[in-house]
Amino acid sequence: MNIAPTRGSRIILAAIPFVLIALIYILGSAERRAANPEDKLLPPISEMAGTTQRLATQPDRRSGEYVLWTDTAASLQRLVLGLGISTLIGLAFGLSVGLLPIAGASFGTFIAVISMIPPMAVLPILFIVFGLGELSKVMLIIIGVAPCLIRDMSIEVQGMPREQLIKAQTLGASTWQVAIRVVLPQIMPKLIKSVRLMLGPAFLFLISAEAIAADVGLGYRIFLVRRYLSMDVILPYVAWITLLAFAFDFLLGLFARKTFPWAYTEEAR
Amino acid sequence: MSALSFRNVWVEYGAQIVLERINLEIAAGTFLSVVGPSGAGKSTFLRLILGQERPSQGSVLLDGEPFPAEPGPDRGIVFQRYSVFPHLTVLGNVLVGYEFERPLTARLFGPARREAIEKSEAMIEAVGLADHRDKYPSALSGGMQQRLAIAQALAKRPRVLLLDEPFGALDPGTRTQMHELIRPLWRELKMTIVMVTHDIREAFGLATRLIALDRPRRDPQAQERYGAKITYDLDLTRDGAVPVLGFLKTSADHG
Repeated sequence: MNIAPTRGSRIILAAIPFVLIALIYILGSAERRAANPEDKLLPPISEMAGTTQRLATQPDRRSGEYVLWTDTAASLQRLVLGLGISTLIGLAFGLSVGLLPIAGASFGTFIAVISMIPPMAVLPILFIVFGLGELSKVMLIIIGVAPCLIRDMSIEVQGMPREQLIKAQTLGASTWQVAIRVVLPQIMPKLIKSVRLMLGPAFLFLISAEAIAADVGLGYRIFLVRRYLSMDVILPYVAWITLLAFAFDFLLGLFARKTFPWAYTEEAR
Repeated sequence: MSALSFRNVWVEYGAQIVLERINLEIAAGTFLSVVGPSGAGKSTFLRLILGQERPSQGSVLLDGEPFPAEPGPDRGIVFQRYSVFPHLTVLGNVLVGYEFERPLTARLFGPARREAIEKSEAMIEAVGLADHRDKYPSALSGGMQQRLAIAQALAKRPRVLLLDEPFGALDPGTRTQMHELIRPLWRELKMTIVMVTHDIREAFGLATRLIALDRPRRDPQAQERYGAKITYDLDLTRDGAVPVLGFLKTSADHG
């Protein structure tokens, strides 16, 4: 418990599980290839690299598009729109529900109920109402993510010490001023934290929506090539999606640390 | 500097009576200590002045006028904890009081901001935090945070300053330093201060008047049916503590 790794050994320790998985994969892949040269389940890394390179740098013969990049752009656009709008909704509603007793009384229970609706169950409704285009996919992310963010934020606001809100009022602040100068800056780091946690569900909703009805997108591609057992496409795509999600998470964390240093001083000491 | 009056004030929560027939005239410029056992309604007494709570009967008046039942800039407060904003620096914590004068943006720009910064720096200097101007509260000790809370409250020149066990969480040495800080500030700014405290020595040492809240009558079958009253009201400005007779007279007037 008291033995802490140094900086160098920390990197090595972090790399060990990744290296192990890669080794197991390479061994397994070689084994299967030796038994059956046509094996599709565990393609060797060289083959995956080749496929990835083809998808990323050569235009598709039929559409003339660079498949990997058009898929990524389409998916990211949906994800960023969905998450961005959810964040704004979560912040605005969460703050009002948490701060204003009247808003809390009228919307609190409603949001608690709404957030229990399984988003995948309403996906057909979204397809019927909003069509099969971009809107229904963005809406699915919003419906899945926004209610949770609203609840998170309202709980955070309610959890703030009452003393601070009273103190602000004794300094002459109105409700609006308390909201923008006292509550808003203090829940921003928590909002980012919640958004980071919601990245996983957001990707889940995105991929599901794309798998069911789309003509471009990372999820669409994976489910398309599944029919041909193209593990050499699926595995790199999964790795790429994971990398994207990890990068989002990392950048959000970095942004929060840079922008709200006061919220992380406890940690640094 | 303002006078406070309690006219026949009762506070009840359902069947429970917290404060019972409080009659009190606090002269402008008084430093009033409020002592009493836990649960005797000291905090309720303070919340009445703050406007966080309404009396069930009677009225609380500021300079003879009723005031709205919500916290406002004429009554400043320092709590035991959580009094400063963790997301603002020492300067920002004091400055924000001036910035609240802008209704929509709550921000100051240009010359108005420079002037407000100067005023804030003077307050920070007065409580001895000049060297820590740009630190966040989490980097300050408990005593320094309370100094900042005092500077913040005083920046808006409240008519009444309320102190809710402001030094209760501090170690004895720091507490003595805070006593040495608050007395001259009170004299210089000529405020009315109401301080709730558990520390009897502090209550006698700082204040010019002291009241004790307690429940003088107890019904063993229904403890909640008798509320707290003012059991002692002492003038501390003489050579020894003397009962304030004016209190008895006003209570007779209204009782």
